Amino acid sequence: MRKLSTLSLGLIALLAVACGNTGGSASPAAPGSSAAASGAPSASAAAACTKDSLKTATAGKFTIGTDNPAYPPYFQPNASAATAPWKIADPTNGQGFESAVGYAIADKLGFTKTDVAWIVVPFANSYAPGPKTFDIDLNQVNYKAARTQTADLSKGYYFGNQSLVALKGSPLAKATTVAQLKDSLFGAQVGTTSYDAIAAVIAPTKKPLVYDTNDLAIDALRNKTLDGIVVDLPTADYITNVQIENGAAVIVGQFQGGTPEYFSAVLAKGSPLTDCVNGAIDALTQDGTLKALVSKWLPFQDSVPVIKP
Amino acid sequence: MTTGVRPRRRGPDPRAVRSSLIALVSTIIVFGGLGWIIVHAPGWPEVQASFFNRAVFEEALPGLLEAFVVNIELFMAAEVLVLGLGLVLAVMRGLPGPVFLPVRVMSNVYTDIFRAIPGVLVIFVLGFGIPGLGLVDPRTDQRLFGILALTLVYSAYVSEVYRAGIESIHPSQEAAARSLGLSRLQALRYVIVPQAVRRVIPPLLNDFIGLQKDTVLVSFIGVVEIFRFSQIESAATYNFTPYVAVALVFIVVTVPLIHVVDWLAGRSRAGARPRAAATPPRVGVL
Repeated sequence: MRKLSTLSLGLIALLAVACGNTGGSASPAAPGSSAAASGAPSASAAAACTKDSLKTATAGKFTIGTDNPAYPPYFQPNASAATAPWKIADPTNGQGFESAVGYAIADKLGFTKTDVAWIVVPFANSYAPGPKTFDIDLNQVNYKAARTQTADLSKGYYFGNQSLVALKGSPLAKATTVAQLKDSLFGAQVGTTSYDAIAAVIAPTKKPLVYDTNDLAIDALRNKTLDGIVVDLPTADYITNVQIENGAAVIVGQFQGGTPEYFSAVLAKGSPLTDCVNGAIDALTQDGTLKALVSKWLPFQDSVPVIKP
Repeated sequence: MTTGVRPRRRGPDPRAVRSSLIALVSTIIVFGGLGWIIVHAPGWPEVQASFFNRAVFEEALPGLLEAFVVNIELFMAAEVLVLGLGLVLAVMRGLPGPVFLPVRVMSNVYTDIFRAIPGVLVIFVLGFGIPGLGLVDPRTDQRLFGILALTLVYSAYVSEVYRAGIESIHPSQEAAARSLGLSRLQALRYVIVPQAVRRVIPPLLNDFIGLQKDTVLVSFIGVVEIFRFSQIESAATYNFTPYVAVALVFIVVTVPLIHVVDWLAGRSRAGARPRAAATPPRVGVL
C-alpha cells in the first residue's frame, strides 16, 4: 500500500504540472489570421504575393494537400489510371471543382500548372500541431470558428448547403419539412458539419449513427440500416447518380440552416501565405472565375428543393 | 514454561517511517522534475493547447461519460456471453473418446479461426454483411451486432484460457472424483472447473480488459460510443484533448478493476489453503 501511495502521489505531481500550467488553454483565435478578414488586399500586399516572394513549403512550388481517395465532383478520374498514390480521382488533372480551384489560386499567386504539387493529407493531419507539409489543404473543409484555434482557414471558395439522401420509395424520400424527419434514423461521417447539421437542424429523436467515411454510411443506407444520410450537396449528387446504383437513392432536399456554410482552404496557423491566398480567392470571386467553376462542376445547386424548417 | 517473548512495540518502527519518507521525497523529486522538464520544453505550449486543453476537456467530458455508457453495455453483455461460450468450447475440446471427434474438431476450428481473424473484420462483416444479406430486420440495433462479434472473437481466446486451467489441475483430482462415483461431467462441474477457474482468474481478467478496449471497434459500424464521440469532439474543435480524456476514462475504470479482482482472487486463494498454513505458529503457547 505504501508503494502504491507514493507512486500515485508522484503521478499526481506530474499530471498537476502538466495541466496546471494553463498558459495555453482556452486561448482565443489569434488576431489577424481568422478567415473573417477585411476586404480586397491593397496593391502593396498584392505585389508581395508572387512566386518568388512567397515562403512556400518547397521554394518555387505550390503544394496542395487533399485526402485519398479523392471523389467527384471535387476531383475527376482520368480516362486511364490515376497517378499513384491517388485512387478513384486524380487531383493533378485540373478537372473537378477543388482541383480547378487549387490551380486557379496557384495561378493568381504566380505559379504555373507545373509548379503545383498535390500530396495526400488525411483530414486529421491538416490541423495537427506542428509544421505543415502543404501550403494549402483543399478537402471540403467547412469553416468553423473553433477550427481557427489551431489552423488558418481562408475565405470561402464554395458556399453550399447540407442535403439529405434517402432510398427512393422510402417514406423519408417524400419529406418536405424538417418536422417530418424527426423520427427517422440518420447517419453521417464523423467530424463533418453534415453530422452537426443532423443535431442542429433536424434534432431527431433517435441518436444518429456516425461512420468513419461517407462510404460506410452509404453502405448502411443501402442495407436499410438507416433511413437517410446527410452530406454536402455536391457529394449527394455523386452518391445518387453514381455510387448507389440504378437510381436507388434520391436527394430529398437541401437544408438552409442558420449560418451559411462555406468551404475554406486550410493553412498552417499563422502561415505567411494566408493573406495572399485570401487575396487570390477575392480576385477569383470578383472576376467570376469561382462562379464559372461552380456552374461547370456543381451545376445542380438550384434545382434541389429546400426542406422547409 | 514460556520462552522470552519480545514485548509489543508501541508506535511505528522508526526505520520504516524513515524509508517511507525517503521514498516519498525521491518520488516527488523525480516525477516533479520530469514534469518541470516537460513543461519547460520548447514546444510545450502548442502541445498543451492541442492535447491537454482544459476548456476542451471540460466541455467534452459530460458527453464522453454518457457515450461511455454504451461501451459499458457492450462489454458487460459480451463478457457474460464470453465466459459462458468460452467454457462450453473448452469443455467440448476436452471430451474424450473417438465418438466425440467431430465435437473436438468443431471447437478447434472455431478457436483457430476466431483467434486468427482481426476482431474489427468480424465486426464489419456482422454489421454490414448480415443486414446486407437481408437475413434479419435491417433496423436491428447495431449494438447487438457489436456484442455478437465481440462474443464470437473473445470466446475463442477465453476457451483457451479455460483449457489451460482445466489441464493444469492434477489428474488425481479427477481420479479421486471418479472413484467417488461422480460421472465425468459431474467431476468437471463440481471438482475440476471450480479449481481451474480460480487458477485462471488473472488471464481471464486480462481478456476482460482487452474486451473493454475492443468495444471501441464497434464504432466502425456507426455506434456512437466513447471513441467515436471523442472523434466527433476532436474534429469539431480541431483539438486532440478528447482523445486524452478517453484514455483517462479507461485508466480510471480499468486500474481499480484490476486491483479489486486481484484482491478478490487473493482472498479466494487464501480461503482454499489449509488453515494451519495461513497463520504462523505461535511460540510458547501452552
